[in-house]
Amino acid sequence: MIRYAYSGKGFEPFEPAIGKYDREFLVSLLWSMMRIRMVQEEMERRYREDEMKTPIHLVIGQEATSVGCCAALERKDQVFSGHRTNGNYLAKGGDLKAMMSELYCRANGCVASRGGSMHLLDKEAGYAGSSGIVAGSLPIATGAALAARMLKQDWATMVFFGDAATEEGTLWESLNYAALRELPVIYVCENNFFSVCSPLEARQPKVEIYEKAASFGLHSVQVDGTNVLEVYETARSAVERARSGKGPTFIESLAYRWRGHGGAGDDSDTGYRDPAEVEHWKQYCPIEGFYNFLAKRGQIDEPGRNALVKQIQNEVLKAFEHAISSPVPEESDLFKHVYSD
Amino acid sequence: MPWAQALIAKKTDSLSHQDPNTGRVLSYAQAINEALVLAMELDPKVFVLGQGVDDPKGMFGATLGLAEKFGGERVFDTPLSEDGMTGICAGAAMMGLRPVYFHNRPDFLLLAFNQLVNHASKVHFMDNGKTNVPMVVWAAIGRGWGSGAQHSQAVHGLLLGVPGLKIVLPSSPYDAKGLMLSAIADNNPVLIFEHRWCMRRKSAVPEGFYTVPLGKGVYRRRGTDLTIVGVSHTLELALEAVDELARDGISADAIDLRTIKPLDEEIIFESLKKTGKILILDSTWAMGGLCAEIGCRVAEKGFRDLKAPVRRIGLPDIPTPAGFTLEQYYYPDKKRIASAIGEIAAA
Ligand SMILES: Cc1ncc(C[n+]2csc(CCOP(=O)(O)OP(=O)(O)O)c2C)c(N)n1
Repeated sequence: MIRYAYSGKGFEPFEPAIGKYDREFLVSLLWSMMRIRMVQEEMERRYREDEMKTPIHLVIGQEATSVGCCAALERKDQVFSGHRTNGNYLAKGGDLKAMMSELYCRANGCVASRGGSMHLLDKEAGYAGSSGIVAGSLPIATGAALAARMLKQDWATMVFFGDAATEEGTLWESLNYAALRELPVIYVCENNFFSVCSPLEARQPKVEIYEKAASFGLHSVQVDGTNVLEVYETARSAVERARSGKGPTFIESLAYRWRGHGGAGDDSDTGYRDPAEVEHWKQYCPIEGFYNFLAKRGQIDEPGRNALVKQIQNEVLKAFEHAISSPVPEESDLFKHVYSD
Repeated sequence: MPWAQALIAKKTDSLSHQDPNTGRVLSYAQAINEALVLAMELDPKVFVLGQGVDDPKGMFGATLGLAEKFGGERVFDTPLSEDGMTGICAGAAMMGLRPVYFHNRPDFLLLAFNQLVNHASKVHFMDNGKTNVPMVVWAAIGRGWGSGAQHSQAVHGLLLGVPGLKIVLPSSPYDAKGLMLSAIADNNPVLIFEHRWCMRRKSAVPEGFYTVPLGKGVYRRRGTDLTIVGVSHTLELALEAVDELARDGISADAIDLRTIKPLDEEIIFESLKKTGKILILDSTWAMGGLCAEIGCRVAEKGFRDLKAPVRRIGLPDIPTPAGFTLEQYYYPDKKRIASAIGEIAAA
């Protein structure tokens, strides 16, 4: 039984406007999604070796949200995340080698093996951190936006979280405050309809998440999370709102999680969802769909795509080799940075 | 900005040796207020927030006049949202600001444990030292007048075991000002728990900038029969008891820890070596908190110096009753502390 069906409109509405994008930009969106996918597929392949001793949360199927949103940001803008970090970290420009080293618990990981996959960080790229506590980074991101306001800086803050985060009080406290103070913050709810194995209908009454957010006084929209252009356009106007002092935006992005909640592979056969539902969503692959759209419009062709694949493969393999050959931390490292001087 | 370290050093030099018992006398609230004014004048990144900080009561007077002086962008009221606002402070601090977040009561901080314990205290470690969280959270411990189980709790014992936090319990206006300035200057999350009954005190408070270091206890009395170590209001009661017991020829080292995390172990063992006996006092439950921690450390490292069993006085393992009759059995008073001191001295 398909409980949560795709409800988007595909790329057709973007046909007339395709000319306004530059080709390089369109291909970079495709490249970024492919890169996230391929990094994760490689993680999945190697996860069973049990060398990557960290809980992973794959974002396969949801890449367009990370990529579309981060494409609307500049380096100076700050991104926070929940536990599902891989997509938004890479899309914001987080260092791939440092990420792989972190997953392999190496001393040169992005946070020197203190965070693992749920706590990536790349301050130079404007990736300000993430929390393994559902909704934990919501108020922190809101506070970062308050800081931007108080320091008279023009960067925006964006925070990613799942649908279950909207069941936490701290999310609504954050939204209330951001709306009250008209803070330059963008809340991105990646609604994949599940919290671990619990479907949305077991957790929330049938009120659209973005409508609840709107009732808190935020500008709030729902987007097709498999359509990178729709996500991008929505995020772009949200960033504009933030920069021009018009306050926060809430974006609910609908896209299905193809894999299990954590770890490698799909776990639909355990019975919490119908494998047919996964197959249904695979027809709306954010990468395939976008590639086909671009190819039809003559923006890319098969050799072009193959070249991207080759380049990414190469980069990914190098990043894994880098991580695996890097040293692990020493006992003395444990005692560092409990307190700041 | 590294918090004007040089400036602080220059300004403290002349004042750090000043006798706290002579000079200009201020109320507790005035002392805190003065610290906030100095910090806000020194560093534009310091801001003050909390439920009612800009109202006519001004947080027991501690924040009175600040909004007028520094404006609503730096001194502002908040929604209740204790957990959310704590996270908002943490996020602002991570971006370089220095929030000072006021609460009427520590009881309300229990709603903010997620941000305090899971986030603010751990970010620096988890980020491998790349992010600081310089924030101050202040709350006043209530007692009496029916405050009861949900408005009189002291929660510092629950937080003592959390790495990454600093916890301060001043007991005089002098310390309240100097510790507030140290807390704001610190690059870590610092919790300050005042006690409403200490807040009735007045004491000499130097003008201008000075700091009282975090993690340093101080002798309030010197003596030979036993070591009394504690914080806040209960220690204040113990000082009164010791002064009365002088007529019986009993004298004690009385140590006001002022900061319980980091804990000034050195001063405790220095005194214990001399007296061989120890009474540990706290203004919250005796179980599992400061009393238990010091008792354990004494057993671990001071066992050979002990001439009598360790004693502790804190609150019993019972919620605070609201009514005044039950309350008098609940809180240790001067008499109970005095008789414990007498017993220990005689042991
Ligand atoms: C406060 C809290 N409660 C429970 C968990 C355990 N947990 C981790 S991820 C997760 C699912 C969250 O679902 P959602 O927010 O929709 O994000 P998704 O995993 O679907 O991306 C849960 C319940 C947690 N980490 N934090």
